[in-house]
Amino acid sequence: MGHYPSSTSVEIMQNRPSLRLHIPEPVARPGDAPAFDRSLIPEPGDTRRPETTSAEADMRDLPFGLVRVLDDSGEASGPWNPKLPTETLLAGLRAMLLTRAFDERLFRAHRQGKTSFYMKSTGEEAIGAAQSLFLDRDDMCFPTYRVLSWLMARNYPLIDLCNQIFSNEKDPLKGRQLPILYSARDYGFYSLSGNVGSRFGHAVGWAMASAFKGGQSIALAYIGEGTTAEGDFHEALTFASVYRAPVILCVTNNQWAISSFSGIAGADETTFAAKALAYGLPGLRVDGNDFLAVWAATEWAAERARMNLGATLIELYTYRASGHSTSDDPTKYRPADEAEAWPLGDPVERLKTHMIGLGLWDEDRHAALQAELDAEVRAAVKEAEAVGTLGKSKPSVKEMFEGVFKDPDWRVVEQRRELGI
Amino acid sequence: MPTMNMIQALNSALDVMLTEDPNTLIFGEDVGYFGGVFRVTDGLQKKHGLTRCFDAPISEGGIVATAIGMGAFGLRPIPEIQFADYILPAFDQLVSEAARLRYRSNGEFWAPITVRSPYGGGIFGGQTHSQSPEAIFAHITGLKTVIPSNPYDAKGLLIASIEDDDPVIFLEPKRLYNGPFDGRHEQALKTWAGDPMAEVPAGRYTVPLGKAAIVREGTEATVLAYGTMVHVALAGIEDSGVDAELIDLRSIVPLDVDAIVASVKKTGRCVILHEASRFGGFGGELSALVQERCFYHLKSAVQRVAGWDTPYPHAFEWDYFPGPARLAAALKRTMED
Ligand SMILES: Cc1ncc(C[n+]2csc(CCOP(=O)(O)OP(=O)(O)O)c2C)c(N)n1
Ligand SMILES: [Mg+2]
Repeated sequence: MGHYPSSTSVEIMQNRPSLRLHIPEPVARPGDAPAFDRSLIPEPGDTRRPETTSAEADMRDLPFGLVRVLDDSGEASGPWNPKLPTETLLAGLRAMLLTRAFDERLFRAHRQGKTSFYMKSTGEEAIGAAQSLFLDRDDMCFPTYRVLSWLMARNYPLIDLCNQIFSNEKDPLKGRQLPILYSARDYGFYSLSGNVGSRFGHAVGWAMASAFKGGQSIALAYIGEGTTAEGDFHEALTFASVYRAPVILCVTNNQWAISSFSGIAGADETTFAAKALAYGLPGLRVDGNDFLAVWAATEWAAERARMNLGATLIELYTYRASGHSTSDDPTKYRPADEAEAWPLGDPVERLKTHMIGLGLWDEDRHAALQAELDAEVRAAVKEAEAVGTLGKSKPSVKEMFEGVFKDPDWRVVEQRRELGI
Repeated sequence: MPTMNMIQALNSALDVMLTEDPNTLIFGEDVGYFGGVFRVTDGLQKKHGLTRCFDAPISEGGIVATAIGMGAFGLRPIPEIQFADYILPAFDQLVSEAARLRYRSNGEFWAPITVRSPYGGGIFGGQTHSQSPEAIFAHITGLKTVIPSNPYDAKGLLIASIEDDDPVIFLEPKRLYNGPFDGRHEQALKTWAGDPMAEVPAGRYTVPLGKAAIVREGTEATVLAYGTMVHVALAGIEDSGVDAELIDLRSIVPLDVDAIVASVKKTGRCVILHEASRFGGFGGELSALVQERCFYHLKSAVQRVAGWDTPYPHAFEWDYFPGPARLAAALKRTMED
């Protein structure tokens, strides 16, 4: 073995500090007062809206701003205000409220033993609702498990959701998939998997295919902020950048990944939108609890994609107001009142306040809509319960052997016979 | 002696190693402050400090890669992968790096890491919280694969794995964490309380890797199993009325081939049971070994009972899961030949 002459004198070495391993920790744990001191939250109007044709090099400040439209009093202002017609605001509010009503009831159904698993998206409903309403019917979204509002905005039948969650005889996915990992191609909703992150690159491939075919449709993908640590995220950004894929890549930064705060995904060092910089992609940081801001940012990114200007990375800054899933108790690792202290509030309340301010809405109509949607959900749950809940009804066991390949091979044929079905 | 469930036994093993060896450290998704989604690392950060047990970014490839780097430096990292289904993003690191570092550097570098991960079905976890990937690791030369079936073994095997100088994949049967499970899913849940294998010494001890356990002695057939299936096998043997010998392999690499051969030579029949799907499963390797080494002692063809060759299906948990009835049928079949 060779010996290398050292350029470091003993004296210098003696003056060096000892190295120490840094482990990030959140500001507040259970028992502490919630704190969002590290959150970067400019006012609406502070973050400029460049022309959609601008060069990426001219907008490297955007990942450190925050696209906002609604202020704390529910008033819309600033360059990003999309000035939406009343029916769009109403459709958004309805999709969000429906998502919330559905989440509440189905979460309870899990407690009652009717399903094995459920995940809520409480506090994050504006994201899927705005983007689903904005994008075209033949655009494709590559969801995470936390964008139910995408389907709600497109009136996906509630009964099909319930049957899937109960894994019963009428489950549209034939009992093969875990509850809530839906697939709904006709609704622009790509098949979900239990592995986080693994479809982020599919969205880029889908968009590349659309460009290859000279088509019109674009793709949109979601990934949780925790999951940006996976290679899938970085690989997708590379391909999106290299091939100028017509895709909108969204990080839903709800600040928690099960029990891990966003610092474990690098949030203490920079923003998630700023990850775009190294790939030469525009990066927008957006108030994810502001329906109008989400809409406006998506419109901006979609326009670029449709003009062959390539991909945009959008960080949707929000807060996971509920537990991670039915298997989680968030009071074990974060202050119980953290959700209430979150400065960007609740997306439903904010849109509602905005609409009331415009004279388009009032408390009575809101309560009536809530009651109507709750009744809709209740009816769907009841209908699905009549088919059966987990363990009480299931698709034919034959379905277990279907769909492994397009045409079954001898193994599944023999094994089906062995099981006597 | 304290009674522990498997979670407590594993926690105790980790606690012992953090206490005794300053070069050990634990990291993985949600293992730090929270103590892991299955609570296996509960309290360890508080007791041993932030740098001894901490949260990792959601990047299984990154977790295993950095563990290898730490191991090469001289530490003994004990990373956790939250579910065995999520080891796959780290597969290249395990196969091309951890498994070969010693060989390709002629012993200059090696990776004494122990990758813990809950595996297996029986919990309605669907496709990606239920799989049994042991065969794909067994196929990789340079990796050891260890699978305990009870709290006592879990602690002893985990300490032995951590102290081992080669990379170990330590698969924890999650269905056994809180109690034994024999596949009779309609029966009330059992806990480990009162089970002799739940009597776990508080201090350090090891169960050597590569040493199978004879769980039940018998004369008419040999059943080979590991993990959850050890308990299913006992129930299946009982149902079949066949006087079968049950071997718990405890580690599939290193494999206690002597124990297998001795038993099959004695009984003349062999049935292999695993949860993983059948084609290309570890049962194929076991069957070939038995056939190669015991051919003239075999009175009937080696039988395999395994998961079907489909992904793990959520609603069909109990149609897929190879329960005692399927083992009993195979035992009866093997006696007819
Ligand atoms: C590849 C993979 N690793 C780990 C997990 C376990 N897991 C499920 S959700 C989750 C946290 C994800 O957090 P984030 O990306 O922030 O999404 P959020 O749940 O906050 O929406 C983890 C670690 C998984 N499903 N897949
Ligand atoms: Mg998150």
